Amino acid sequence: MKSTLTKFSKLAIAISIGAALTVNAAHAEGEQYFPLQSYRIGPYAAGGSGFFGGFIDYLQYVNLKDGGVNGVKLTWSECETEYVVEKGVECYERLKQGLNGAPAAATNPLSVGIAYATLDRSTADKLPLITINHGRTDSTDGSVFPYVFPLQLNPYSEVSAIINYIGTQSGGLEKLKGKKIVTLYHGSPYGKETNPILELLAKKYGFKLTLLEVPHPGNEQQSQWLNIRRLKPDWVILRGWGVMNPVALKTAQKTGFPADHIIGNIWSNSEDDAAPAGNAAKGFIAITTHPSGTDFQVLQDIKKYVVDAQKGNLEDPKRFGTVYYNLGVVNGILNVEAVRVAQNKYGKRPLTGEEVRWGFENIKLDDKRLAELGALGLVQPLTLSCADHEGGGAVRFQQWDGSQWHVISDWVQADRELLRPIIEKSSHQYAKEKGITPRDCAKES
Amino acid sequence: MSFFFEVLLGGLLAGVMYSLVAIGFVLIYKASGVFNFAQGSMVLFAALTFVSLLERGISFWLAFVLTLLAMVALAWTIERWVLRKLVNRPPITLFMATLGLSYIIEGLAQSLWGAQVHGLDLGINDEPFEFQGMLLSQFDIFAACVAGVLVLVLSVFFNKTRTGIALRAVADDQLAALAVGIKLEKLWLIVWTVAGFVGLVAGLLWGARLGVQFSLSLVVLKALPVLIIGGFTSISGSIVGGLIIGASEKLAEVFLGAYIGGGIENWFPYMLAMLFLLVRPTGIFGERQIERV
Repeated sequence: MKSTLTKFSKLAIAISIGAALTVNAAHAEGEQYFPLQSYRIGPYAAGGSGFFGGFIDYLQYVNLKDGGVNGVKLTWSECETEYVVEKGVECYERLKQGLNGAPAAATNPLSVGIAYATLDRSTADKLPLITINHGRTDSTDGSVFPYVFPLQLNPYSEVSAIINYIGTQSGGLEKLKGKKIVTLYHGSPYGKETNPILELLAKKYGFKLTLLEVPHPGNEQQSQWLNIRRLKPDWVILRGWGVMNPVALKTAQKTGFPADHIIGNIWSNSEDDAAPAGNAAKGFIAITTHPSGTDFQVLQDIKKYVVDAQKGNLEDPKRFGTVYYNLGVVNGILNVEAVRVAQNKYGKRPLTGEEVRWGFENIKLDDKRLAELGALGLVQPLTLSCADHEGGGAVRFQQWDGSQWHVISDWVQADRELLRPIIEKSSHQYAKEKGITPRDCAKES
Repeated sequence: MSFFFEVLLGGLLAGVMYSLVAIGFVLIYKASGVFNFAQGSMVLFAALTFVSLLERGISFWLAFVLTLLAMVALAWTIERWVLRKLVNRPPITLFMATLGLSYIIEGLAQSLWGAQVHGLDLGINDEPFEFQGMLLSQFDIFAACVAGVLVLVLSVFFNKTRTGIALRAVADDQLAALAVGIKLEKLWLIVWTVAGFVGLVAGLLWGARLGVQFSLSLVVLKALPVLIIGGFTSISGSIVGGLIIGASEKLAEVFLGAYIGGGIENWFPYMLAMLFLLVRPTGIFGERQIERV
């Protein structure tokens, strides 16, 4: 933000001496812009401030350590959405043109609602829309959704990996037959998105599935948990958001359900979800695509170059290395990597959204590259393509000990072969409704 | 059958928690005829202030007293800069003012103390215990006792003290109350402070259950049907309304939810409240307004 303000001041001075065009041209040569539809106030501010804090700190780190990407400085500005869809769209429109001549690389709203509302605009404006760990599942199919990237994990992969984990815990997927699984889901399109896949998996593996809805915001769940007490399930999958998560854990304790048989999804996996539940959260298991912690090399470097230099974005330094913060760092790594990959093709200069999209589609993060980035163990190996905008589809499981998370599993892969035809059916249906001709990914290079 | 009673009892105890928030509304409405939309924000402000002081190493009771002082300061500011300027304005103007206040207080709370989620441990064990085959929550029973004491104290205050009676007079007719020498400003300050105190108690109990976070301000959504059923002017009505809403929403969710799709807890209390409105517009304990033509 400071860097953005500095540039803004420079521009103002330049305009006053009548050299605006020259300065704009200079910016265009030297900077790549990230428009940030952030949310730091409102009901979901805890998630927003952690995520965007991590994202900004990573961009700052790249600037301070390497002077940007191949000499192209990264710049950004924030627009407060409060997680409100209309404000998110307004911010998109305001920021999409870039800043002081620096072109926009991609948008990262971290909101299902805003992502849905700006999906068509992003495609029309040729500006990548990044929905890391969330968003429309069928946008995994890049032939229909060329500008949308549900990086790392789409919602279908998420539940598939959870069922695979439960299968492993039960002694094999065939042992799932006859087991009882309850899914407690947030009463919203996000919460309901995975229900058809869970039903499909229940049919495939023979477990008995019960779906229980918790009305938004989820601050009262007595009846759902009494139902769970009556059903006596083997496992409960918690597909929560915000306040729903600690309340679920507290109410589970009140009704005698063990926390170590509750598995939280990707939006039930932060410190802010478990800590407010106090003792009730001890033993709670949740998935993650990015462990919390500060031991990773990239986190140590951010600390050295950014945080210790008093240039960190977090108001509360204790949040450094938390789940939301680390997700922001991971998101930063993937965005910057896309710019770097695209520069190798288009030249070491600020890129258009269309060029950055090519970069995203050609990201290849193997262990060697992750080690170079200092992110081995923090980010899963990821290979994206025209056809596959998700790339990973694996999660690890972590358990809350009362004060912090501990990773308790290796990467557990979703059954992507099973999911792919369902994704394609949905994306082709979308293409038909919108009159889109899918790209031929075989011809993309 | 024991499951039915378990759901019923759980619902009644949850209803008491709704009543705690509803009481704050009743206090201000009773004394000034204003529907204070900012009550939820006051709950958030109080809980966030308390927990933030606690996290800075201040002892429980000192944090409680300091938060109470902050609520007095808030009440004074509201009375001095908002209500005093709007004396004798139509109720809708005052309502709109509290709507604005709600957003200001929410923003202020987050600006002052940050947007993080805080855990709050009041030292009350929430492990369930078994009674006649039913699991009961110690925390919920504690909350019910707190609500009971609060109702008792407030009833005595309103019915037996000079200030309480003066507050009721103000609610009946502000102009007449002024004419007989009642100091409106002082009374409004008192009642907003008491509402702040109730907000603090509600905030601590709800905060211990939900975590202290922005969503605390949304618990008012649970209090509105309680007010419609219990009446806007009766503290006892808040309790009865809370019990009715709590029990009926839980029974409906568990026993009807499966047939009509589940997740009905949000709208079912409002449907029930609407039915009450049709039959008894002032609620069970509400005072019927009789005006001379």
